[in-house]
Amino acid sequence: MAGGIYEKYKSDGSLAGNVLEWVDARFPATSMWKGHLSEYYAPKNFNFWYFFGSLALLVLVIQIVTGIFLVMHYKPDAALNAAGVPVAFASVEYIMRDVPGGWIIRYMHSTGASAFFIVVYLHMFRGLIYGSYRKPRELTWLFGVGIFLVLMGEAFFGYLLPWGQMSYWGAQVIVNLFGAIPVIGNDLSIIIRGDFIVGDATLNRFFSFHVIAFPLVLIGLVAAHILALHETGSNNPDGIDIKEKKDEHGIPLDGIPFHPYYTVKDIVGVVVFLMVFSAVMFFAPEGGGYFLETPNFYPADPLKTPPHIAPVWYFTPYYSILRAMVWNFFGLDAKFWGVVAMGASVVVFAFLPWLDRSPVRSIRYRGPITKAMVTLFVICFFILGYLGTLSPSPMGELVSQICMVFYFAFFLGMPWWSRMDKFKPVPERVTMK
Amino acid sequence: MSNQGKVDCGRRRLIVATAAVGGVGAVGALVPFVSSLLPSERAKAAGAPVEVDIGKLAEGQMMTVEWRGKPVWIINRTKDMLATLPKLDDKVADPKSEVASQQPAYAANPTRSVKENLLVVIGICTHLGCSPSSKFKAGAEEGMTADWLGGFLCPCHGSTFDFAGRVFKAKPAPTNLEIPPHVYLTDPRILIGEDKKGA
Ligand code: HEM
Ligand code: FES
Repeated sequence: MAGGIYEKYKSDGSLAGNVLEWVDARFPATSMWKGHLSEYYAPKNFNFWYFFGSLALLVLVIQIVTGIFLVMHYKPDAALNAAGVPVAFASVEYIMRDVPGGWIIRYMHSTGASAFFIVVYLHMFRGLIYGSYRKPRELTWLFGVGIFLVLMGEAFFGYLLPWGQMSYWGAQVIVNLFGAIPVIGNDLSIIIRGDFIVGDATLNRFFSFHVIAFPLVLIGLVAAHILALHETGSNNPDGIDIKEKKDEHGIPLDGIPFHPYYTVKDIVGVVVFLMVFSAVMFFAPEGGGYFLETPNFYPADPLKTPPHIAPVWYFTPYYSILRAMVWNFFGLDAKFWGVVAMGASVVVFAFLPWLDRSPVRSIRYRGPITKAMVTLFVICFFILGYLGTLSPSPMGELVSQICMVFYFAFFLGMPWWSRMDKFKPVPERVTMK
Repeated sequence: MSNQGKVDCGRRRLIVATAAVGGVGAVGALVPFVSSLLPSERAKAAGAPVEVDIGKLAEGQMMTVEWRGKPVWIINRTKDMLATLPKLDDKVADPKSEVASQQPAYAANPTRSVKENLLVVIGICTHLGCSPSSKFKAGAEEGMTADWLGGFLCPCHGSTFDFAGRVFKAKPAPTNLEIPPHVYLTDPRILIGEDKKGA
């Protein structure tokens, strides 16, 4: 219904009514409210998996608000202070120890980063199983992939800011990845660092990207994501189009107004989410060494790499793929192909709308091949993620190579396997299981 | 407004020309922004050579100094350490130091050094830039394989290097560790970052 034409508000003579009429004559307030909320009809059969979009919005708000307050005390400066500690590292310790309430704000932000990825991964998984990326929602999906890429950049830049050992060496490795690109690589990594080594220039530009450039792009993409979604309307667990069956007013028979029905449902999700979130924040803010890694409690030392370095958990599946690539092809060495494979493993999601050729969207009406492929894909993703947290070993390398091959086979083979499956007849109207 | 009438081609061309000139201006405006991302003059000037006193460096010991923000190792290799090098010639990727970028010509020799025992090398892995850890003890004692003769292990993706900083075959790091330009001053001092040619 978004984009539809709504009548301007007519005052009932009360003061509030007069104000609204005045505003509505100058700004599309009623029309936005109706188009996106009170007369935006969403399928009535949303389930658990549909919580994560609104939760992602919630986490975005948490990150922005906590971020604004952190910047008031944080200093992006790699120089050593009088005590010989880098200023940036010391300013984070200051926030944790001396700023009233500072530790809560910081833990909200660091827990929020991991929560963001958990929520977004689940959100993407929902898209995968219900075929939400299929026509006509390709753009919603593509904006989503854009969000995912920007989110990864945002997290990477943010991780350098505390200027701990893991921050420093993680950035060193990732920036050098760009150096593997033939011809331009070396200059490119110098442009990213702003110096020949990761240093103060790098810290300052990452700070700028993290607090302004990337959040702006992220918010823009989220707006585009939701506008595109509201243009086509949501998919649903049955993967059928509710707009095909409408009543005499043109309202989908299986649709219910987003507000109040889903706003209230989403609040339930918010409450449960905040319970889990607070539990982690207060009782396990380090997330068992996965959310905040131990070496990051030591200030950056450019002369010494910690004995075990691994990226934060949400990057480990891709990191495993980077490490698994040990073959030279076409005269270019494995280092370059590792970067290519890692990049491809993220970007390949963008092609899903065109790789999936099954006649039905939702996994509910797809057969054993789809179910097996999706299950194996998730298992591989977890194995890759787990191996990425460990030190390299011959066994780990072999297993991650197998998983990497399957990971790509899942996507690149999809045009074939998605068609071969057995399909069940799709219902006319949504079901309420 | 009606646009039924004939298009005035002259005006169209003017619009295109104006937009093109504007476009050139917009691209030009990118120049200061992109160049501001490059290393500043201060960063470029920060490469001054460092002088090191190695008088106290006993046999078998290693010290680390900072040059251009990178760790430079100075290792006083024992006879035993040096003896491992010829044995590894067929296991390392570039035994004869043929990749010219990785050392000055005066260090392209079997020990990759000016003085046989003293290795001066940049302690940054040629894969993705971590600093390898020393694993000097032979065998499995430090968590290496049983046939390990001693050298360095990069903690990041497992590249291994011998006592001359030569990388083992089939490891992620493509080349040997880099030997910086250096020159011996009056004993016991070394200047790192500059050699006789004043480079
Ligand atoms: C900041 C991160 C994100 C936010 C705030 C966000 C927000 C939302 C919201 C509010 C919805 C509607 C509610 C729902 O269906 O759960 C939605 C739907 C959707 N999102 Fe996202 N999203 C984000 C990231 C992503 C990513 C990374 C992808 C995929 C790569 C994605 C793909 C989709 C798709 C396909 C739908 C439609 C689902 C359907 O109709 O079944 N989103 N998003
Ligand atoms: S950085 Fe040393 S092996 Fe990758």
